[in-house]
Amino acid sequence: MTDLPVIGVIIQLFQFLIDQLPFISDAAVAASIPIALAALAGVVSERSGVVNIGLEGMMLTAAFVAWITGVVAVGMLGPSQPTAVFGITLPLLIALGVAMLSGMVMAGLHAWLSISLRADQIISGVIINIAAIGLTGYLYTIISKNSPTGAGGFDSLDVPAAISGIPVIGWLINAIFDQGPIAIGAIILIIIVQVLLFRTRWGLRTRSVGEHPRAAETMGIDVIRLRYRNVILSGAIAALGGAYLSIELTTSFQAGMTAGRGFIGLAAMIVGRWSPLGAFGAALLFASSGAVGRAITFAAPENQLGDLLNSIPPQFYDALPYIVTIVVLAGIVGRSIPPAADGQPYERESAT
Amino acid sequence: MGDRVRTFGDQVYSAMALPLLAIGLALIVGAIVIIATSALEPGAEIDFTLPFRAYGALFEGSLGSPNGRVSTLVQTAPLILAGLGIGLAFKAGLFNIGAQGQFLLGATAAIAAGVAVEGSGPFVAIPVAIAAGMVVGAIWGFIPGFLKAFSGAHEVVTTIMLNFIALALMSWLISGPLRLPRSPQPVTPTVEDAALPIMIGRDGHVGILIAFIAVPIIWFLLYRLTLGFEIRAVGANPEASRYAGMKPKRLVTLTMSLAGMLAGLAGTLNVLGINHQMNATFTTTVGFDAITVALLGRSHPVGIMLAALLFGMMRAGAGLMQIQAGVPAELVDLLQAVILLFLVASPVLRRVFRLRGVKSGLGTTDTMARTYGNEAIR
Repeated sequence: MTDLPVIGVIIQLFQFLIDQLPFISDAAVAASIPIALAALAGVVSERSGVVNIGLEGMMLTAAFVAWITGVVAVGMLGPSQPTAVFGITLPLLIALGVAMLSGMVMAGLHAWLSISLRADQIISGVIINIAAIGLTGYLYTIISKNSPTGAGGFDSLDVPAAISGIPVIGWLINAIFDQGPIAIGAIILIIIVQVLLFRTRWGLRTRSVGEHPRAAETMGIDVIRLRYRNVILSGAIAALGGAYLSIELTTSFQAGMTAGRGFIGLAAMIVGRWSPLGAFGAALLFASSGAVGRAITFAAPENQLGDLLNSIPPQFYDALPYIVTIVVLAGIVGRSIPPAADGQPYERESAT
Repeated sequence: MGDRVRTFGDQVYSAMALPLLAIGLALIVGAIVIIATSALEPGAEIDFTLPFRAYGALFEGSLGSPNGRVSTLVQTAPLILAGLGIGLAFKAGLFNIGAQGQFLLGATAAIAAGVAVEGSGPFVAIPVAIAAGMVVGAIWGFIPGFLKAFSGAHEVVTTIMLNFIALALMSWLISGPLRLPRSPQPVTPTVEDAALPIMIGRDGHVGILIAFIAVPIIWFLLYRLTLGFEIRAVGANPEASRYAGMKPKRLVTLTMSLAGMLAGLAGTLNVLGINHQMNATFTTTVGFDAITVALLGRSHPVGIMLAALLFGMMRAGAGLMQIQAGVPAELVDLLQAVILLFLVASPVLRRVFRLRGVKSGLGTTDTMARTYGNEAIR
């Protein structure tokens, strides 16, 4: 230890982060995808005025359904030759499609409970989550006894060393494109929804229904139908995030594998002020904290900084994304204003 | 007098009709799922008698023998306490999904305190350990309550995050500072003095009694004390309660702390009564079961006690069901989910079964989404 270790350690920290930047950024983007998709699903639903706490459950269901559909499809179709890019096979595509359908079914249930029955949207969402844990846990316990073979997973795009080696921006290109098809699709989807939400008729209608449904109805917008459509769309997007976990990031299902990502996604949505790109930024922030933690546990530098970082228990790094989420959320809520009709059930005036 | 008796009967019917209907329907759905999945077992045919054998074993394992009945009570006790905590939060319009974390950290703190005061005799060790568990549970409830009141961060998101943080914290404490020296697995030492005395059977510890005593205490708090009135007023309408001179911010923080304290006590009694030590991979289903218990019991202390007994039975009998009928214990999770779905869809049940004069499925808890994501409570 020197007399003034603090400055030295800070310099070492920057050096470490820059050294590890390619690894951290790549891992951070990969980890941010399910969170960003959950956040995007939340944006689509809440911009129309329906709170969707059930995202976690929709993701978990989709993760399970994607895996089990892959198992069934491989059993029926036999193994097939994956494509050179992304490693796409027919069973995987079927798995992805069915998973998205399952997310839409779960979202349809939430829509029916919260829009038609006007149940409390938070309770309905939490019940979707508990239902997903119960259903997938029960079925997984029965099915995993046979230890079936799944359909594997999508591959990442291999960025050629010539491109990833470009100074200054090579790591950035690598981080974004060294990903599988769902991840790259998700990034494109986020940009598309950002444009749709703020530049198209659907976007204007969605936002007006979320802000003032009564006024929107007066202007001839069918509030109930638009909310149904948006909630079910949000289920499909959340399902994409779930499928990403079980057929792209890994190749099998684990009970409870979403590990709170749906809720972190909700926090990202709030921090990103209910806009798709803002939410993606927040998701990247939350995911980076986890990626930095992993970089430290795998390859702590061999200097004073390394000694310091190694003296912090590994469990701290496990908890880091959750801690960052709480701290950022607590700091930003109140300055981030939700759609005015968010969480309010809508009753047609003529219905009375 | 006769009139009054009938009124009481009406009240019981009106409060219990929908929950009982939901339980009955869930058992039917469960039976259908058991039949449908019976063919998934390796080399099995569809088996229509399996639900009867499964539910039979569930009943046998929970109420069919003295050991089963004690086991039911052991499983019920933490559900009552954590359920009361969640129910109390519901009354204030708060959704405490953090019972899981509060339970685990409460249990860890109780063991830590029990180890620290080892050798001072049960009359010192037990109260100290229980107090430690309650205080730590209360702190883990205070954090989301404080954040909700003063920053507006919604408790559903923060309590879930705190559950994961609690898990990491527990794992670190048990594999680090609290670890039994030279143990091959990360476990804490076993507490001797702080272990709760056994009343009945093999593990029917005193904590069961404490859980049942908590029911009238919380009832008294909610319906006879000013604090309870204020909690219910804030839940019904925070704005109005503020105009009436109450302090919603303080009440929200206090209620979440109390809820955390009760869940912490649940973990404390469970671990001091049964395990007497913690290991780093300790898991429980109490956190989520207690949400179902509170919703099924319509946040009323007596309802919570009855719902906790039902789930205590299911958890106690699930083992035998798995052994005798080969139906996984996770069936209980499934039943729980179906019960909740029927409860929240109660308007449909009322229409289909033509129920009149029956209270809605979820009680006074339908004002929650209003405060979602909003600026801090004023």
